[in-house]
Amino acid sequence: MTLWIAVAATGIGCYLLKLGGLIAPQRVLDDPRTRRFAELVPVALLTALIAVQAFADGRTLEADPARLAGLGAAVAALLLRAPFLAVLAVAAGVAAGLRLLGV
Amino acid sequence: MSVRNEEGAEAPPGDVRAAVRDGLGVGIAVGVSGLAFGAAGVTAGLSVPQACVLSLVAFTGASQFALAGVIAGGGGLVAGSLGAVLLGGRNALYGLRLARTLDVRGWRRLLTAHVVIDETTAVATAQDGRDAARAGFYTTAISLYLAWNLTTLLGALGAARLGDPEAIGLDVLGPAAFLALLWPRLTAGWTEVRVALAAAVLALAATPLLPPGVPVMLAAVAAVPALLRRPAP
Repeated sequence: MTLWIAVAATGIGCYLLKLGGLIAPQRVLDDPRTRRFAELVPVALLTALIAVQAFADGRTLEADPARLAGLGAAVAALLLRAPFLAVLAVAAGVAAGLRLLGV
Repeated sequence: MSVRNEEGAEAPPGDVRAAVRDGLGVGIAVGVSGLAFGAAGVTAGLSVPQACVLSLVAFTGASQFALAGVIAGGGGLVAGSLGAVLLGGRNALYGLRLARTLDVRGWRRLLTAHVVIDETTAVATAQDGRDAARAGFYTTAISLYLAWNLTTLLGALGAARLGDPEAIGLDVLGPAAFLALLWPRLTAGWTEVRVALAAAVLALAATPLLPPGVPVMLAAVAAVPALLRRPAP
């Protein structure tokens, strides 16, 4: 039940933000510092998520070799300009392969 | 996709056709990633209907993966939802940017708002002329919405039958998807890299001290120096 509330709250919150942008007065973007801040917030949040998902399990910091190798493979794929789905397939494939080998 | 001229009204019809082609390409190619979300969501602990409803009503990939990530980590749902919504904040900025181009009113504006996301903005701003921008925006929106929701269902159903998700590397899909979404920004400039590193250090340092979900929200602080300093022209 609480999961349903989280799903609904996230959905409604995300929608209200989208609508807010469409109906907000255009002069909000006039200050370049506001614009810059708004560009950088997603960078900070996404990197924090990657770091936590890669190195943490709940409140414990850990380094799972197969998971980190999968992410390393994703970086390599991105450097080679692989498309989105190929990056995901390579990352999951490397992690799965290493676990199959008992890493 | 960096050419932007949404003010011009003299778009030849050919541009509209090109915009529709762009929109279908992006919509279907990216939409298929709903497979990854459906699988990651169910792996995290969402039910199949919950994963599907999230795709239908949130319809913004990063926020959906974020909520799934917090649930997977056993994190607080309030912090998790807040973090996911905060991540969707960039869509408000896209809306601000696209409002004049789309110029929609009334119930059409309520519907259009739902599809103001990364991909539709990217395709719309890449077109020459307002007609082409609108055609690109709505083609991307419709094809992406259909593909994203259909593949979310397939991914969720698939993951539910797969047994141990870690054995086939599904736990890596979330962070890898974020990394791929973030990649163009990280290669855009040193400020981005500095903010990213600071955010990662902050989040990891706070992880043992705070409930799951909170460290990620706290990491938004890493973007604050941009408010204090005048950006380079």
